This record gives sequence, structure tokens and C-alpha cells, in this order.
Amino acid sequence: MPDAPLHLMGGRHRQSGRITFPHPGDGFDAVALPSRGTLWSYTVQRFRPKSPPYAGPEMFEPWALAYVELPGAVIVEARLVEVEFDAISIGMALELTKVALDPAASAPVWLPAFRPVAEDAQ
Amino acid sequence: MSAATNVCIIGIGIHPFGRTDGLSGLDQGAYAVRAALADAGVTWGDVQFAYGGSDAAGNPDTMVDRLGLTGVQFINVKNGCATGGSALFSAQMAIRSGEFELGLAVGFDKHPRGAFNAMPAEYNLPEWYGAAGYMVTTQFFAAKIMRYMHLHGISRRTLGLVAQKAFANGVHAPHAWRREEVALDTILDAPMVSDPFTKYMFCSPGEGGVALLLASEKKARELGIRPIHLAAATMRTRPPGSFEVFAPSIEIGGGVNTATRLASAAAFDKAGIGPDEIYVAQLQDTEAGAEIMHMAENGFCADGDQEQWIAEGRTRIGGTLPVNTDGGCLACGEPIGASGLRQVYENVVQLRGAGGGRQIPGTPRTAYSHVYGAPGVSAVTILHT
Repeated sequence: MPDAPLHLMGGRHRQSGRITFPHPGDGFDAVALPSRGTLWSYTVQRFRPKSPPYAGPEMFEPWALAYVELPGAVIVEARLVEVEFDAISIGMALELTKVALDPAASAPVWLPAFRPVAEDAQ
Repeated sequence: MSAATNVCIIGIGIHPFGRTDGLSGLDQGAYAVRAALADAGVTWGDVQFAYGGSDAAGNPDTMVDRLGLTGVQFINVKNGCATGGSALFSAQMAIRSGEFELGLAVGFDKHPRGAFNAMPAEYNLPEWYGAAGYMVTTQFFAAKIMRYMHLHGISRRTLGLVAQKAFANGVHAPHAWRREEVALDTILDAPMVSDPFTKYMFCSPGEGGVALLLASEKKARELGIRPIHLAAATMRTRPPGSFEVFAPSIEIGGGVNTATRLASAAAFDKAGIGPDEIYVAQLQDTEAGAEIMHMAENGFCADGDQEQWIAEGRTRIGGTLPVNTDGGCLACGEPIGASGLRQVYENVVQLRGAGGGRQIPGTPRTAYSHVYGAPGVSAVTILHT
């Protein structure tokens, strides 16, 4: 189901109501996070992280990392895709998608990612 | 408080930071201890207790092999980036309590080349977080300053000026690792590591050792030493809503409260003075952005004032508040266990007027140091003459 709606699952603390990502387990109720938000901050990872723990491909291409504010919920860390690095700006509208850790893998590991909301969809 | 409970620094020693092939981290610590003993004019046998810190270079107490088997009480401290600060906090408590009169705080480290290599399980994080490539400290520092620049109008040129100052100051610090000036354009145009930072804007894990000998004021006077007073030493962990290294999520509205703000406020309260009474400050500068943000988090200026302060050179050696007079972590590198104690070492040098080419003008009477690190710990000291 490639077009099934994506959601990140967070955890809502039973006492304080505070939401964190990922869902930490005991003491937290699972909660589906909003799939749209705005860019809170970002950077570009320009060098290959050390392995382990990094499990991406040996051939490294820089990627953007975002903190995305999901309104009313929490700010989450995820990849930022489908945007040129010099077109990234804090406050831009984003929507949830996914990206392959290794696009060349036959059965890739998928990571949460955000991409700019298409103009006509806003 | 009676005079006997006041704590003084009576001796300082340092092993040069950087890379010293063939000498273990522990040996660099022992080297620093011998230098501190010579500086104070006392012997290892006079030392009643020690707190020693290292993150990655072995058990500090084993240096009794090198220094002498006097049976001294020697306690190891391991507290992340606050390791040195925590050793100093513990040592001053031992004297302040009246239990001891003369003791040691020592820190050293020796890290492999390249970025720190953290594993998710060490930080209570899921494996996928590391597999995705997020266990990278530089990402946090970059994302934190990127947000700060957006909110408070800090330019990329200002980041460059901080790094340029660090290398200019390091030229005059014999213990610094990087001792050559780097031109502002070279810093700004260098390859990007993690936007907005180029390679000159990050410090590197390194090696080094620092030792501080502490005594009661009474003991210092008996020894005929003009003491430097330790007015405050505080250490704090993170408050709710802070934005720290390795954060998969942040509370909305978060990123304002920090462990640094807590440790700083507590230190000023304990010392009974305010930020405007500080003559010189050593502020954690893991990268150029950290120094800028820490100026505000430690209460020296309002958020955003840094752009003008730095343009005017206020944090340079001759400025109104010289910051990181030995080049800080950017010029000295970061051996975790030694880094916070290096800042205090540098402050003692400045208060003694012994800084040579990096000595701040006039007669400084107070000095401030601040260290910050994963997973949200901060330690602050305030010294006065």
C-alpha cells in the first residue's frame, strides 16, 4: 500500500501529558503524531558518520537533517528530503514521507522523513 | 563563614593539549600533578586526598603508581563532559567541610582521532537512531545554532569571528594545540562539516591533562602562598524542555531552559556577584556557535546582543569581557576529563597576571568558567583574587 497515510507514533506521558518521540513504552500512551508541520531547525550532514552505529551505504552523499514542529504535539528529528540544501528555510511547511537508508538496497530500511508541502496542496 | 572554610587554588599544572604520541592519558595527568605540586611548592606526601576524572583514558587513581604509594584517598569521577568540573566540585567540598586542608583535582584524557563515536544504547536510545546516522554530536550543535541564528539575528560571519579569535588567542597559549592564526575568509570558505559550521568552527577530540591543588585559606597562608579563591563551583543536569545532544524529539517551546542556565545562576548566587562583575570568562566552545549561545545562557548578555558585541571585539583579549583567552576548545581541542579544568587553569593564570601575550589588561579580580556536554550537564566556577 504505497499510498497508505503515514504517521509517526509518539508517546503521551500519562501524568504530565507531555508527548515524546519515539514512543518510550511504559507510562506513556501511544499517540499518532500530526503528519504536517513546520521546519524548526536543520543542518546538513556532510561527512559519513562512523559505523557502527551508522548503517547507511559506504558511498556517502550528504543529507539534510530536520527538526520539525508538529503543531500541538512535539518537535521531531527526521530526514529532510526533496529540497535543495540552499532552498531550506526555517518555518517552511513540511509533510511526512519516508526515505530509504540505502536507496540501492533490495529491501531497504525506511526512515521517517519530511518534504516540502507542494504549493497546490497547501 | 570562618576563614578556614574558604577554599583556594594554590597550585596549577597542565600537560600541553593536542597529540602526544607515546604518552598515555594517565601519564599526561601525572605530569600535570607534578607541575601543580612544583607550582605550589608542596610534595605528593602533602596531598591528603584526590578526585580524578577521565572519560576514556583509564582509572585516575592508578596514577599513585607514578606519584607515590602514600596511601592517599583517591576517588575516581566519571561524569561525561562535566567530569573535570565534578572532580573540582567534589574536591572543594572536601575542604569546605573542614575534613581536609589540602587536596587535588586532576583530569586527563586521550581520545582517538575523528568525531566522538557514541552508541545509542549508552544513551537509552533505540538502535535505529544510530543506524540512521543521528549519533553525531556535530548535528546537535549545528541545529541548535541554526535555530538561534534564525531567532536572534546572528550572522555566519560572527561564527567565523569567534573561531578567528580562538586561533589568535591560542598563538599565545603554550598549552594550546592549534597555535597559528587562521584568516577569517579561510575559516568562512573552508569545507562545510555540518551547516552552518565549516571545519575550522569545530573543536576536535584530543589529549591533555590538568591538575589543580586546593587548600583551605588557612593552609594557603601557612604555606605563604597568595591564594586564588574559589568563590563557587556548581554542577547541574538538564531541566524539562531543554534541547540536548542526541534528541529524537524536543518539547514544543523547548530549547530555552538549559543545564547551563541553572549552573550559572547557582554559581552567581553562591559567589554573591553578578555577570557584570566578571573580568574574564572561559565558556564552553565545542564549536563557534556554542560560545555565542553560552554568552547569553551564562547571563553575560541578552540573546542577540552577541552580534554587536563580537563585531565590536568586546570578547577579545583587550575587550570588556575577554572570552576563551587561551583559545578555548577550538584551539586546545577537547580531552573530556581535562577540558573543564583547563578553563580554571587559564583563569588562575589570568588572575595571577601570568598570561604573557594573552594576558588581559589591568588587574582582573574575578574569573568565570563554564563547561557543557552530553547528555545535558553543565559545570561553572567563579574565582576571585
